[in-house]
Amino acid sequence: MFVHVTSQPKDTPLRAVHERLGATMTEFAGWLMPLRYGSETAEHLAVRSRAALFDLSHMGEIAVTGPAAGEALDYAVCGWPSALAPGRARYTMLCAPDGGVVDDLVIYRQGDDRFLVVANAANTAVVLDELRKRCPGAVVRDETAVTGLIAIQGPNASSLLERVTDLPLDGMRYYAGAYRTVAGCPAWIARTGYTGEDGFEIFCAASDCERVWTGLSGSSADLPAAGLAARDTLRLEAGMPLYGNELGPDVTPYEAGLGRVVRLDKPGDFVGRDALAARAAEGPRRTLIGLVARSRRVPRHGYAVLSQTGRRVGVVTSGAPSPTLGTPIAMAYVETGATRPFGIDVRGKTEPADVTELPFYDRRKQR
Amino acid sequence: MSVPAELRYTEEHEWVAIDGDTASVGITDYAAQSLGDVVYVSLPAVGSAVSAGEPCGEVESTKSVSDLYSPVDGEVTEINEELDGDPGLVNAEPYGVGWMFRVRVTAGADGEAALPSGLLSAAEYDELTKSAG
Repeated sequence: MFVHVTSQPKDTPLRAVHERLGATMTEFAGWLMPLRYGSETAEHLAVRSRAALFDLSHMGEIAVTGPAAGEALDYAVCGWPSALAPGRARYTMLCAPDGGVVDDLVIYRQGDDRFLVVANAANTAVVLDELRKRCPGAVVRDETAVTGLIAIQGPNASSLLERVTDLPLDGMRYYAGAYRTVAGCPAWIARTGYTGEDGFEIFCAASDCERVWTGLSGSSADLPAAGLAARDTLRLEAGMPLYGNELGPDVTPYEAGLGRVVRLDKPGDFVGRDALAARAAEGPRRTLIGLVARSRRVPRHGYAVLSQTGRRVGVVTSGAPSPTLGTPIAMAYVETGATRPFGIDVRGKTEPADVTELPFYDRRKQR
Repeated sequence: MSVPAELRYTEEHEWVAIDGDTASVGITDYAAQSLGDVVYVSLPAVGSAVSAGEPCGEVESTKSVSDLYSPVDGEVTEINEELDGDPGLVNAEPYGVGWMFRVRVTAGADGEAALPSGLLSAAEYDELTKSAG
């Protein structure tokens, strides 16, 4: 799943912090990122039981501004950004004219005339290019290089962040955001995340990133850093799609089980509307399912899903040992109508797996 | 990165300790750190024959799966049963309680345990991992 590029990877503003923490670094989407600091399983469990900090400064931040920014985005993405109230956020997608997913995004409405579009690091350039083409009536600016992004995720995130921010967090809604300060630095503080836990994402100036990080990590003796390895298993347990695995140009939002993000009910045209409307009417050709392995051998990205007769009926998109469940889990696309039970071809041997409801982990049901 | 001087190594990152005709085998500290948390180790059955350079098991970690290669020819006499319940021992002590299996090494023409010529010394293995970055 790691994207390899030949050019020199970019450093986040927190490179020195990661080095001091002894992180194992990896190249991801053109960035040198912390993969893990120690045990990725311990980092994962820290997020589930307490809280941890993530450096997500590789994510793309694209500002779309101007009086017509909302309407321009309504045409560009399949959601309905202009209907968002200032201070609110929405998960959405940028689709191609054929309905395939170009990227999945979170859009924050930071003011009447300002939207922040957060793109996957690997897709920032293409999203920027598409937004510039699709939003002629708005100003589209890449703020990735000047923006740092730090996430604090876990059940203790709110009580820990509260120690270093002047933003009242009590009663702040999920997918809400506000401008205030963290560790004395101006920041956009949003109650969003990619872990399946409560948590916040803090956007600040790249030059303030280290102050924000050390302010947060210094707020508690029990706030470890977590790397990309833990981030991937956390999002998988939470049933959240990863672009390049569950999402891509050959996948429509409907197949990914995310038809709700396509707002065919919004006024006006948008890129992909006709194709998506047709796909909505005909029903998905394949379905994203959750699988829990009965074997300890881990289903991984690209492994075949087999029917009882051994016919290939699908493919694993993401798979990993689940630290919370203690057993391997996977998401997979299977042909609509394929019948259970399913097996997974794990390097030449078929291992049984049970279909389960997504997500694998739901914090509201655990506590 | 620990590379004990008394052990021999393979290019596939196994270590081997020779005691008479018995070889104890595990994966190196370098391998364990590269893999990340080991979550499952599939080992050869006791009594099965293994061949030097041939896969005889699997090491599953969070991010990847790797084949486990036998460094020697022989018969498996013992496996580390502890790893089934606690595969993290491989990360904690790759050269100690994280050992994987023992082999009675096939004797050569001279009646002594025959070791493959390709096994590396600690210095050679250290060099290999450093050049791999």
